[in-house]
Amino acid sequence: MHMLEVTDLRKSYGDVEVLRGVSLSLARGECYGLLGPNGAGKTTTLRACLGLVEPDAGSISLLGLSVPTFAREARLRLGVVSQTDNLDPDFTVVENLLVYGRYFGIPEQTLQERIPRLLEFSELAARADSKMLELSGGMKRRLTLARALINDPDLVFLDEPTTGLDPQARHVIWDRMKQLLARGKTILLTTHFMDEAERLCSRLSIMDDGRIISTGSPQELIARHIEPEVLEVYGEGTQQWVNTHASLADRVESAGDTVFCYLRHAEPLIATLENRPSLRYLHRRANLEDVFLKLTGRDLRD
Amino acid sequence: MRIKIFGPPRFSFRFVSIWRRNFLVWRKFAVPSMLGNLADPALYMLGLGYGLGRLVGEVNGMPYISFIAAGTVCYGTMNSATFESLYSAFSRMHVQRTWDAILNTPTTLDDVIIAETVWAASKSLLSGIAILAVISVIGLADTFLVLWIVPLAFLVGLTFASLGLVMNALSPNYDFFLYYFTLVITPMVLLCGVFFPVAQLPDALQAVSSVLPLTHAVQIARPLVNGMVPGDLLTHILVLLAYAAVAFYVALVLSRRRMLQ
Repeated sequence: MHMLEVTDLRKSYGDVEVLRGVSLSLARGECYGLLGPNGAGKTTTLRACLGLVEPDAGSISLLGLSVPTFAREARLRLGVVSQTDNLDPDFTVVENLLVYGRYFGIPEQTLQERIPRLLEFSELAARADSKMLELSGGMKRRLTLARALINDPDLVFLDEPTTGLDPQARHVIWDRMKQLLARGKTILLTTHFMDEAERLCSRLSIMDDGRIISTGSPQELIARHIEPEVLEVYGEGTQQWVNTHASLADRVESAGDTVFCYLRHAEPLIATLENRPSLRYLHRRANLEDVFLKLTGRDLRD
Repeated sequence: MRIKIFGPPRFSFRFVSIWRRNFLVWRKFAVPSMLGNLADPALYMLGLGYGLGRLVGEVNGMPYISFIAAGTVCYGTMNSATFESLYSAFSRMHVQRTWDAILNTPTTLDDVIIAETVWAASKSLLSGIAILAVISVIGLADTFLVLWIVPLAFLVGLTFASLGLVMNALSPNYDFFLYYFTLVITPMVLLCGVFFPVAQLPDALQAVSSVLPLTHAVQIARPLVNGMVPGDLLTHILVLLAYAAVAFYVALVLSRRRMLQ
């Protein structure tokens, strides 16, 4: 059984088609990434999976239950870390967990046992009685994660869990996600951060314009869509250099004052840079961000 | 269970967990909240009752302070549910995103709307009890009939909570609620016999008054405070229930349209 199976999901608002046939499936124990620029349809897909939006067409099976028909039952075994902070500002850390547990109908006794363990897991034991105003952004995110685990869910949705966090706080969230995967939980992650997706996801889909445009492991996507090496060149005279040597690269893209040369073997092109001290360059392996930008373009999505 | 915007309410006892959440927040601010519940009606009754009472003497065969005590019960309970279902519910829905967090659990939007309605009515109940205490202390309560104010407070609460939640579902921001106060609450206060008998109004305004819910609440409360069984009791209760039921359904549909798209 798939933990989540979405088939040909479609949704329009007026004339705007926000989902144009989205299909994806999550196997037990995997971390599945949903990547895409703003407005790609990630959040609408998540809301449909939660039973909070009725799709125009397509089917959703969440933890074996048809959604939205049995959304309430499916949500009993699901955890959600939403994008915006919606912790209860009038409550302490412990009260936030307690009250949230009650929404699931979890007996008080069970909650009293679970809450200390969740505080431990999210490194908030010393903050048990703190108010929300006293918590840093990282602490709030950890509390939101702990809150999503109050029902010991089989599947966890994380919607941009590290947006706005400093590097230390991000690493803690990543570490906790790995712990959850090690315990056999399944994760659906949406993110803008390609390093995050590359690090955590066993499989991912890149979404744009209401469609899934490619699915695979990070390595598969890189191999499928892009040349293995990248040479980033910038500095005075870059454009003139490109005009002369572009033929040595398989593909060239410009963004701002930097030129990205995608190629199989970078050495011949690097050799042409040796007597041009005004140009600076970075030679690296292609990564998921290169794939993402190739598939979704470099235009701003505001 | 498809998402049916116009479907009937789906009742589940899971709403209790949401009611308890609001209660837990209230408990933290219970002292100032109860003080407000006591001081406001006490000041109205004492200030207007004695101040204006000297000038007007008896109204409808009762001292003005007794007359206004019943009006204050209705006015106070209406206000409690109104403020809770407008400003407080809007904070939870729109500002703090508490409803969003709740909707990710096995509770549904119908549970949320039921919980908010019952919670706001509970605030009216508390306010009704506080006003009753003030009435007793002043020495206006003659018979045990006055205790029926307690369930009346809850009913008035349900009515105005539902009406408030209609506005809540429509509102883009807090300022929007001023329309509701200007167009609904103020006429209710001035036309429904809270401060003076409806009979003083011209016929046209009396006709308007007769269809407003607060009029029917006042017509139940005033005899009760003065130790009499209200006339046409069933009619008044049915009018209040009808307002509550229709407004609740409209609030539910509008909230679904707002939250489940």
